[in-house]
Amino acid sequence: MKDKVSLPDFSVAQKLGLTEDEFQKIIEILGRVPNFTELSIFSVMWSEHCSYKNSIKYLKTLPRDGGKLLVGAGEENAGLVDIGDGWACAFKIESHNHPSAIEPYQGAATGVGGIHRDIFTMGARPIAALNSLRFGDIDRPHTKHLIKGVVKGIGDYGNCLGVPTVGGEVYFRDCYNQNILVNAMSVGVVKVGETMSAVADGPGNPVFIVGSATGKDGIHGATFASADLTEDSAKDLPAVQVGDPFQEKLLLEASLEAYTTGAVIGMQDMGAAGITCSTSEMSAKSGTGMRIDLDKVPTRQSNMLPFEILLSESQERMLIVCKKGEEDKLLKVFDKWDLECELIGEVTDTGRLEFISEGEVVADVPAEPLVLGGGAPVYDRPYEEAKYYSQLIDYTESQITEPEDYIAAAEKLMSSPNLASKKWIYEQYDHTVRVNTMKTNRHADSATIRVKGTDKALAMNVDCNSTFVYADPYVGSMIAVAESARNIVCTGGKPVAITNCLNFGNPYNKEVYWQFVNAIKGMGEACRKFNTPVTGGNVSFYNQTVLPDSVEPIYPTPTIGMLGILDDVNDFLTLSFQKPGDIIVLIGENKFDLNSSEYLQWNHKISNSKAPSFSLDQEYRVQQCIIKANEDKLLESAHDISEGGLLNNLLESCHENELGVDIHRNQDIRLDSFLFGEAQSRIVVSIDKNNLQALKNICQSNSVELVELGKVTDTNIQIDNIDFGNVGKWKTLYNEVIEQKLD
Amino acid sequence: MKFGVIVFPGSNCDDDMVHIIGQVFNQKVEKIWHKETELPNFTTEDCIIVPGGFSYGDYLRSGAIARFSPIMNAVIEHGNNGGLIFGICNGFQILCEAGLLPGALLKNNQQKYISKNIVLRVETNKRRLTQYCQTNDLLTMPVAHGDGRYYCDAETLQSLKDNDQILFRYSNSQGETTETENINGSIENIAGICNKAGNIFGMMPHPERASEQTVGLTDGQQLFMSLMELKLETAV
Repeated sequence: MKDKVSLPDFSVAQKLGLTEDEFQKIIEILGRVPNFTELSIFSVMWSEHCSYKNSIKYLKTLPRDGGKLLVGAGEENAGLVDIGDGWACAFKIESHNHPSAIEPYQGAATGVGGIHRDIFTMGARPIAALNSLRFGDIDRPHTKHLIKGVVKGIGDYGNCLGVPTVGGEVYFRDCYNQNILVNAMSVGVVKVGETMSAVADGPGNPVFIVGSATGKDGIHGATFASADLTEDSAKDLPAVQVGDPFQEKLLLEASLEAYTTGAVIGMQDMGAAGITCSTSEMSAKSGTGMRIDLDKVPTRQSNMLPFEILLSESQERMLIVCKKGEEDKLLKVFDKWDLECELIGEVTDTGRLEFISEGEVVADVPAEPLVLGGGAPVYDRPYEEAKYYSQLIDYTESQITEPEDYIAAAEKLMSSPNLASKKWIYEQYDHTVRVNTMKTNRHADSATIRVKGTDKALAMNVDCNSTFVYADPYVGSMIAVAESARNIVCTGGKPVAITNCLNFGNPYNKEVYWQFVNAIKGMGEACRKFNTPVTGGNVSFYNQTVLPDSVEPIYPTPTIGMLGILDDVNDFLTLSFQKPGDIIVLIGENKFDLNSSEYLQWNHKISNSKAPSFSLDQEYRVQQCIIKANEDKLLESAHDISEGGLLNNLLESCHENELGVDIHRNQDIRLDSFLFGEAQSRIVVSIDKNNLQALKNICQSNSVELVELGKVTDTNIQIDNIDFGNVGKWKTLYNEVIEQKLD
Repeated sequence: MKFGVIVFPGSNCDDDMVHIIGQVFNQKVEKIWHKETELPNFTTEDCIIVPGGFSYGDYLRSGAIARFSPIMNAVIEHGNNGGLIFGICNGFQILCEAGLLPGALLKNNQQKYISKNIVLRVETNKRRLTQYCQTNDLLTMPVAHGDGRYYCDAETLQSLKDNDQILFRYSNSQGETTETENINGSIENIAGICNKAGNIFGMMPHPERASEQTVGLTDGQQLFMSLMELKLETAV
């Protein structure tokens, strides 16, 4: 065997990110000291990114089956949900934070490419993409550079691939100044029973690599994603992959076509840890092994070392196990699409991965111990309550100075980039290709995609208010799930399932781990309440920046990607007011609560308040009211109250049709809290005045409060006899805040 | 009349066209792989659609490689024989590159991809594609392109005008073709044209994305119905 001369010691293992215990465990598994290639294989497979070693214990406490799930979390590349009429939906979210922080354009682009491959590797056609982005202070030149790169990366990749980017969220907070978050979600559809599995059944079956040639990009990317981001990280540039959306488009079409030939046994995309990960996961799943000749892998450059070929994260590649004797069918499809399709080895019954180079075995390791659910390490990290937590303040009226000039306060709040229109961003994304997008031309709380060949539509969104999660990881995560569900309901859908992208700091930091454990607990409770099991997702730890004299952790950001179903496309609900004279009603409870609001953070520079009040039961009942009212066709519009409070909610509903409102606060709540507070579980609807009694009855039978706020008017924003002026002024402000900073 | 939708590697609006033509308008439609060299099933009564997308990734210049695809000789012959050809977005770019339509599509003047609804003003209804419209009709539909800035030299522009070849201009909702509405910097706000004979059409906006109530826009139907010469009640 090669590398005999210089077997690595622990110092090498350490440089590859392994602990001393892990190094010893590898020696135990192999019964000998690994060579460098083998050590590299273990280091990437046991990295946080591939093994989930510090999170899996808690992830398993989340509801992972039930509901409409056809394939549960972790069983395949993405979860699969029954959407009826013989169709299923595969969807998943994944992070590409660290690459995007270093090289925003390629980092974001390859994030999009990777998540779509997870979907079409299952035989599903991606029909929609979403993304959740977190940046630092938008006024910093570095932030502008990152935004422009990320947005262009997402746009160029998705636009070329022809999958519409239909929804997303973008926040700006200082805690993301260095460590931005780029979470990409893909949603695909497939006929039930026509899905593909990532298996390597049948010893003797040939193994093919298809798609792009293998280069030196992204080597040790998975390990890189699992280390703290430091100033030196910019030197890690070769660990960032380079994307080619045109190749991905060909790979997408060829893969889906290949399934129809019946020649494919199993398929797995190559993301993190490349050939290593795909061969070991497919083999471990089938209890088989593989013998792979690395010399047969098409490479972009000569003289690539075995470990480089094994670890390369070159994009747009797939591993296919083909039925022996039916190779020609496979080759014909890939030839049609002008893609490389190389026979590189075969399935064996040894349970081992044997990699050959120049006729010699360069690595020989068992598959099972490499993978999650097999022998990969599982840790239970110690945690302790974060010190800041007990020092957060529950702000009361007396602690917040009431604005003297409400119009000025409102103008200031609406100039926050967190509330402003993100059109500078989404107008660079093709959101109408595939002619299914219902939301683009009628604004709504969730993106809504018609499913061709059925009467149904899918509603989908990504949500996480990380300020709330920071203030209370347990409650904040419940709110993230609740708000996702609320946004589905406000679009006329019913929540079905979630995928999650768990962005946290360093898990070896006890306070960070405390945030993680509590976030999972809250998320699990909320998911059980809404009967939205977790279909899968991604954990991204180490989201913090190590500076010379301090460590800056991000706010814990467990992003929820939720899927909902509209049984009929006509159930669709817009958030926009429809006509003057309609009654505006708030469903839910109003109270003084400015905690963790954008208003406190932006106007008052207060960042130490508790999470807003929240009750899961109340939330559920409020959502039931909307579902019932929409079934009875009582609603003209529905829009939940979130960042920016009631005022922002009303203005957003006014913009599209350039209507106004006349609102009266007939309650004993101070006006600042009434307008800007972010108490949860509140939804504003507009209805024809003849439907008011019917709506009241629904709320009463669900024990939910209904507050009559006022009515839709021609163009003026009038609240409690304060004239906030013409809607046009607010719309202009809304549209220009971000544009002016970035153009 | 039937439709053939060319599929280049990287085409991504081919499925949309097949859906709209087949499902919404109940017309015969089939895909044609770019490696084909002939169009044996099509007569000059039929229409060849060159759909949007990123043919060959548009890595060299939009449409510059697709024009060399094997099928293009047959498409050009179809056009020269008077057969209908309709290119949308990347298809428009390919038709210009292939010399079937005059001018070129350059990078948007803001150097950014633009995806949004725009308003088109119909410049003539003397042409097949716009025959059911009124001149100065305003149509709302999406654009989604990075290289949509129509350009031609002064002589060509004059000839386009003289021969009634300008089909659409970017406009505001009052029908004014101002510079603000000229989203990509096209010469004289031009969004779509036809050849002199009137059988080959190209436009950057996407009428196929505005042809169903379900997606919230229906103005694109007018163009398809004109092209198909359908009675109004035919559309779903």
